[in-house]
Amino acid sequence: MSYLAKPKLHHPSLQPNALGYTRRDYEGAMSTMCAGCGHDSISAAIIQACYELDIPPHRVAKLSGIGCSSKTPDYFLGNSHGFNSVHGRMPSVLTGASLANRDLIYLGVSGDGDSASIGLGQFAHAMRRGVTMVYIVENNGVYGLTKGQFSATADAGSRSKAGGINEDSAIDLAALALQMGATFVGRGFSGDKEQLVPLLRAAFSHGGTAFIDVISPCVTFNNHSGSTKSYDYVREHNAALNRIDFIVGRNEITTEYAPGSLVEVPQHDGSILRLRKLHDSYSPTDRIAAISHIAERRALGEIVTGLLYVDDQPRTIHDHLGTVKVPLNQLGESALCPDNAALTGINASLR
Amino acid sequence: MKPTDIRNPDYFHKVVDCQWACPAHTPVPEYIRLIAAGRYDDAYMINWESNVFPGILGRTCDRPCEPACRRGRVEEQPVAICRLKRVAADYKGAIGERLPKTPGKKNGKRVACIGGGPASLTVARDLLPLGYSVTVVDGARQGGGMIRSQIPKFRLPEAVIDEEVGYILGMGVETRFGVWVNSLKEILVEGYDAVFVGTGAPRGREANLPGRQEAAAHIHIGIDWLASVAFGHVTKISKRVIVLGGGNTAMDCCRSSKRLGGEDVRVVVRSGFDEMKASPWEKEDAMHEGIPIHNFLVPKEFTHDKGCLTGVLFEKVRAEVDAKGRRNLVPTGEPDVHMECDEVLVAIGQENAFPWIERDLGLQFDDLGMPVLNQATLQSTLPRVFFGGDSALGPKNIITAVAQAHDAAISIDKFCRSEDLLQRPAPHVKVLSQKMGIHEWSYDNGITMDLRHRVPTQEIKKALSSIKTEFELGFDPQLALAEAQRCFNCDVQTVFADKACIECDGCVDICPVDCITFTADGEERELRGRLTAPALNASQDLYVSGLLKTGRIMVKDEDVCLHCGMCAERCPTGAWDMQKILINVAHAGQG
Ligand SMILES: Cc1cc2nc3c(=O)[nH]c(=O)nc-3n(C[C@H](O)[C@H](O)[C@H](O)COP(=O)(O)OP(=O)(O)OC[C@H]3O[C@@H](n4cnc5c(N)ncnc54)[C@H](O)[C@@H]3O)c2cc1C
Ligand SMILES: Cc1ncc(C[n+]2csc(CCOP(=O)(O)OP(=O)(O)O)c2C)c(N)n1
Ligand code: SF4
Ligand code: SF4
Ligand code: SF4
Ligand SMILES: [Mg+2]
Repeated sequence: MSYLAKPKLHHPSLQPNALGYTRRDYEGAMSTMCAGCGHDSISAAIIQACYELDIPPHRVAKLSGIGCSSKTPDYFLGNSHGFNSVHGRMPSVLTGASLANRDLIYLGVSGDGDSASIGLGQFAHAMRRGVTMVYIVENNGVYGLTKGQFSATADAGSRSKAGGINEDSAIDLAALALQMGATFVGRGFSGDKEQLVPLLRAAFSHGGTAFIDVISPCVTFNNHSGSTKSYDYVREHNAALNRIDFIVGRNEITTEYAPGSLVEVPQHDGSILRLRKLHDSYSPTDRIAAISHIAERRALGEIVTGLLYVDDQPRTIHDHLGTVKVPLNQLGESALCPDNAALTGINASLR
Repeated sequence: MKPTDIRNPDYFHKVVDCQWACPAHTPVPEYIRLIAAGRYDDAYMINWESNVFPGILGRTCDRPCEPACRRGRVEEQPVAICRLKRVAADYKGAIGERLPKTPGKKNGKRVACIGGGPASLTVARDLLPLGYSVTVVDGARQGGGMIRSQIPKFRLPEAVIDEEVGYILGMGVETRFGVWVNSLKEILVEGYDAVFVGTGAPRGREANLPGRQEAAAHIHIGIDWLASVAFGHVTKISKRVIVLGGGNTAMDCCRSSKRLGGEDVRVVVRSGFDEMKASPWEKEDAMHEGIPIHNFLVPKEFTHDKGCLTGVLFEKVRAEVDAKGRRNLVPTGEPDVHMECDEVLVAIGQENAFPWIERDLGLQFDDLGMPVLNQATLQSTLPRVFFGGDSALGPKNIITAVAQAHDAAISIDKFCRSEDLLQRPAPHVKVLSQKMGIHEWSYDNGITMDLRHRVPTQEIKKALSSIKTEFELGFDPQLALAEAQRCFNCDVQTVFADKACIECDGCVDICPVDCITFTADGEERELRGRLTAPALNASQDLYVSGLLKTGRIMVKDEDVCLHCGMCAERCPTGAWDMQKILINVAHAGQG
């Protein structure tokens, strides 16, 4: 971390996006993370993705729980809405917000402790309900903020900095999200922005529940040789399935690829997700195959990354509940609080 | 690419753009930090070691450092380096004790310097502490050369010249002032071990046009006229004055005229405004004083009434670029323009003249009448004779004269010791890590957003009332501090240790100007195009690491690095360190 603010001066070639904002306009306050923390790189990737997608900062709501990871929303999108909730409770607060104002872009930022330990139940329900959001877990295998205890994503057999061995089995949040019904599931690595930024762009454009498990080394407590979440370990065991060339328009063709090496997934909004396959037989639109592939690879000691699964027609909480198209916060009092006659009508219909 | 060899002192020296651009390689950021710290004496001495005339240069330098300043590439204006130098001179205490002492015991070698301008004085300063006996001969009655005879006093007060010329004369120069040298042969027979020619470019170019002879009484050569003004022989000028020429001499002529009674003073130039030789700030100051500049007018004739000047006739021209890309001035065909005036100052260039050097001494001259010199050593074809300053390369400026004189002094010293002149001494390099704590540095790494501060000036009416009233008032300590803070400390270098880096991207993310990239190696041109921000300024180097663990390399584009140290603060392993690399070029006897 630094005490000084990041200087405002920027590179002379810095370009504004369609909204007239430069990448620097998507930054936030100065980070207080330890120097070298993977979480800072994820913040940088979010900044880059939002800038590239021309997202209006004031249309984004960032919600988080407790932890180093959950502190990071202060360090990006300084002009967006933010809410720092109780430990593990981000999903329910976000669900409420999203029901009240369905027009905002919701970004949930959490940690492995926040989501897999104390908040596991909240996590599972957000996934199965189809809450429209991008849910990012900055996964370092430890409770960084409370000085490095194992979290529920720590692999069995991995060693803590103090020397203790983790005997409990690990929760794979990506696999769990798939089981729970998330309609977009990916895994990235904070040390590989070339993969992470397009993954984030795809998630922001998904329109349903998009979950990304981002492995993010804790330099201070979990970057040693006995860790399975260190920079070195993740780089050695990373099995990337695909690379996303995220394309906004329908007809943009950038590069020619060998036949069969591309997967194109049209998105609900008309754009196309173009995937360059790195693994021949993998299909990112088959949920069950995805679950078993992750399990198989995991048994071999590999960490699969990339876009694991996407449903091009995601159903969301709003579909499930049949909510009105107009955000609740824009409805007048008479619509939100129906009069006595309406209540009588409803009661009568239930008799 | 090949990993950068940061042990080559030139690598980091080039990153300090201002110091690299300064002909004398003054360690600029080092003295700016000292000014910010209120250590004016120390700041002055750093300057004095390098450029010899800090108070003079702080008012008059052509400041090649400023267009080079990195700040100018990130925001609108560079740091006011030159005027900060003046602050050191203005606010210092007595520094006499800190000047080098001339040893009581001489080394037995005698050197003559012909001309007493900045070039000769610098040679004297460099050689006296080494035990040489130095004699300076000048036709003028005082030392200083054109600093004294040409630069008007409203830009450079006499007291400043006296002080800084005095420091050198006080070191024990034998002066022969008021003595013109009419024969080099006569000097040589005096048996000097070496002779330095620092006679400048003393001749003003003529405008041989119809009417020149007839109206001669009202037409003056600019530099001769300025010298007469400087020495008090001329104290008045007519009301209507035309100054011909677009260089700094023209600017000094017109501004001086305005102070000596000229009311309708105008500058008329052949070229366009942008092509004028005068520095932008000189043009600005002239126009600020109500002097119009007329461009694209070529003088054709001095009109007169029986020898009494009535004006100048000009042909209108425009610039045309020919097939070879050269700019030519061609007549527009419009009617000539006649401007009325009572006096004309001709400031259309300066020339060298060596009528006093016999051509049978073995000292060769080229077709243009310039001495044939070894560019590295400034030695002439007569081995004992060296040149420097305006006499060597034609009219330039003070700082170039000083820099060349340092070089000539090294050559003279080596010559007198029978050493190889081509073996030039290496610069002195001091490396000092600035790290004090996790995010504490021994330099101020905060970046201010302040725009360039203007130097306060004399109120215009008062300024024009006397030729001796100094126009610029200089920064006061508060303004100086604010301006000093704009310096990026480019000598505090980002030094990268390949082995320590874990490739966490921390530095890439935090760098405010996107200098740093981790990427696959490649050929330089191609690599420049695919960095975090494209490295389009080819004059600035890429700092390239060896192969890292992931098989990539670290590439840092030095171009717009703010030297803010954020990369080093963000680095978990200390792979980046901020190290002050203080470079001092060696002077005579310091090899
Ligand atoms: C009007 C004007 C304004 C200028 N303003 C600036 C400015 O603002 N900033 C800047 O950096 N530069 C300026 N210059 C240029 C600067 O003055 C010169 O580049 C610089 O002084 C050169 O130094 P020098 O030591 O080579 O020679 P000079 O300063 O020219 O000194 C040469 C000396 O040699 C003496 N001399 C010559 N021949 C003989 C002889 N045969 N016998 C004895 N003595 C002799 C002369 O009297 C003179 O004193 C200006 C020049 C002019 C004309
Ligand atoms: C209800 C509650 N229980 C416990 C804590 C203590 N606590 C703070 S952060 C944290 C763990 C955070 O871990 P993680 O979500 O992985 O974040 P990281 O710091 O690793 O990024 C815990 C247990 C708390 N703040 N609130
Ligand atoms: S403790 Fe770990 S997770 Fe928290 S900021 Fe430091 S490195 Fe990052
Ligand atoms: S010092 Fe480091 S962080 Fe600052 S501008 Fe230079 S490279 Fe970037
Ligand atoms: S912050 Fe340090 S360790 Fe991380 S990539 Fe940069 S130089 Fe390497
Ligand atoms: Mg954690």
